[in-house]
Amino acid sequence: MAEYQNLFTTVQAVGPVHHGVELGHGNSPRTGQPVINYWLGKLGNAQLGPIYLGGLGLASLICGLIAFTLIGMNMLASVNYDPVQFVRQLFWLSLEPPPPSYGLSLPPLNQGGWWLIVGLFLTASLFFWWARTYRRAIALGMGTHIAWAFAAAIWLYLVLGLFRPILMGSWGEAVPYGIFPHLDWTAAFSLRYGNLFYNPFHALSIVFLYGSALLFAMHGATILAVTRYGGEREIEQITDRGTASERAALFWRWTMGFNATMESIHRWAWWFAVLCPITGGIGILLTGTVVDNWYLWAIKHGVAPPYPEIFPAMVDPALSTGGKP
Amino acid sequence: MSTHTLNPSRAGLLSAGTARIFKALSLAVAGLVLAGCERPIPESVQSGYRGTGMVQVYNARLLEVKTEKNQPPVALPAAGSEGPKASQVYKNVKVLGDLSVGEFNRLMVSMTNWVAPQEGCAYCHQLPNFEDDSKYTKVVARRMVEMTQHINADWQPHVAQTGVTCYTCHRGEPVPSAIWFKADHQPYGSNFMGDKSGQNTPLEVVNLSSLPNDPFTPFLLGDQKIRVNGPTALPSGNRMSIKQAEWTYGLMTHMSTALGVNCTYCHNTQSFQNWENSPPQRVTAWHGIRMARDLNLTYMEPLTEVFPANRKGPLGDVAKLNCATCHQGAYKPLNGAAMAKDYPELLKPALAAAKVAAK
Repeated sequence: MAEYQNLFTTVQAVGPVHHGVELGHGNSPRTGQPVINYWLGKLGNAQLGPIYLGGLGLASLICGLIAFTLIGMNMLASVNYDPVQFVRQLFWLSLEPPPPSYGLSLPPLNQGGWWLIVGLFLTASLFFWWARTYRRAIALGMGTHIAWAFAAAIWLYLVLGLFRPILMGSWGEAVPYGIFPHLDWTAAFSLRYGNLFYNPFHALSIVFLYGSALLFAMHGATILAVTRYGGEREIEQITDRGTASERAALFWRWTMGFNATMESIHRWAWWFAVLCPITGGIGILLTGTVVDNWYLWAIKHGVAPPYPEIFPAMVDPALSTGGKP
Repeated sequence: MSTHTLNPSRAGLLSAGTARIFKALSLAVAGLVLAGCERPIPESVQSGYRGTGMVQVYNARLLEVKTEKNQPPVALPAAGSEGPKASQVYKNVKVLGDLSVGEFNRLMVSMTNWVAPQEGCAYCHQLPNFEDDSKYTKVVARRMVEMTQHINADWQPHVAQTGVTCYTCHRGEPVPSAIWFKADHQPYGSNFMGDKSGQNTPLEVVNLSSLPNDPFTPFLLGDQKIRVNGPTALPSGNRMSIKQAEWTYGLMTHMSTALGVNCTYCHNTQSFQNWENSPPQRVTAWHGIRMARDLNLTYMEPLTEVFPANRKGPLGDVAKLNCATCHQGAYKPLNGAAMAKDYPELLKPALAAAKVAAK
């Protein structure tokens, strides 16, 4: 009863699940008994587990859990250990970096010391997880594209919390660990440095961010549209271009004159995604260190348009009155 | 050549049950999405050059509520200035002594209506001895009259010719509804964890943001630097930090909420610091910040010992004023109603001889 299957008519193959082949020397055994779940199969693969934890995964989880718990305990302490207020105020609560007056010195625990400790563990956790993505890709004989894409995100994280604060000479420049507080920090960052929208690297980062979303939508839509011709078998179509690939290519050539190939579209998407945090990180790193006021910088270099002055001419009252009425 | 012909059994219609669930779910989602909407559709009024986002947003329904709340009371009929002076007839009249008895009593009745309509004369006066200073409220009221005169005479860059009266802040309440006390940044003691750094609490005063929620102590009492932007494109020694920017942001959020306006009422968001492209209101607001600081330092703080403990804040400080104390959500207090002109005695600068200390 073999029938033609595509993306929309997948038959969930149910059979005995097992851990897979023995892994070689230097690898841990896989963890967890694999199970088959029908509803999971509606979303992705029906098989859940086993997971490969390994030493790196374990180290990453432990470090991440320490960071997570310390942030949570600080938030809980900030509402006097009241669980109700903890839930109600959760989005407002935060673990703040040290006051700028401490510079790069070690502050007391409650004055940003916890923030530094959390930063240490969170960074360690991210590095362990990165090494894990690299090692697992090698173990599977894959390329290491995923690890390097992840590294791009870690770059932005390190710029925000480590590289830039060190260059500025103050941990207080870094981002707080909190939902609304980190958003308010972002707005304050732009306000302090004269409007981040005039930072060309910020602009590039937005291009790659929205570009990634657009490419993802275009590619996803294209593949779904040609799946009736087997288009979702993208890898086969790269080497053995079939009618799905031809139609998808023709669609874009007809509509915009140019088209990606089954292979190049994935490189485009990868670079768009990776360049978003890379350019963003460069923009953040330059802010305050190389450029102090992006608006004035943009005016100086003709980036910001000079708008006509429509309000009555005004001068800074601090200059005209010396601060007295 | 479609999936349908290949696989008819799976071809598409949802069963009736699934469709019903789907419909209910869609309705619920639509309801949730629309719950975030404001009614009626707000009106946006352009106030600057096109494309720069210089707009004010008005909600007609809320505007109506605000207009109703900001109606000035009807002024009592004016009294003649002839006849004996208040200082000749009454004892212990220190500030308003050169008013005629008629003018003096008119103001006293008006003050009762503005500040203590429920409590009456006895709120300030130890009846029947009107000259008695034993009630703290009388000592405070006298100082507040001087403050009102000072505002109207010396702070015209902020209050212009409109001026203020007791009612501008009090609105029929003995204690104005919007006052502030120094925040206790460590309400649970100096624990070893959980310091909020003076922020990260959803409070009305900063419009429920996570910004520092007592920007008044540093800026409207202290003289901390509000400006965080540097004067040059490249770094030239401006060491203001992002955290300081958050404190400034907290103060500005308070101003925006207190006046019921957007940032663009005073700023061109292209560059918050640039004065050349800012609306002129920004100068008025600039003077307002200095005015609030002056009044808190010169009038409120020295009254600390006069007030009883139950009128003071958690740190034992006196009630102080900020933008909301007068504005109460309106771009101009009482929407700009010129109330003070009916009370010329409040427009005069306090007489040098009559200037008394809080005690």
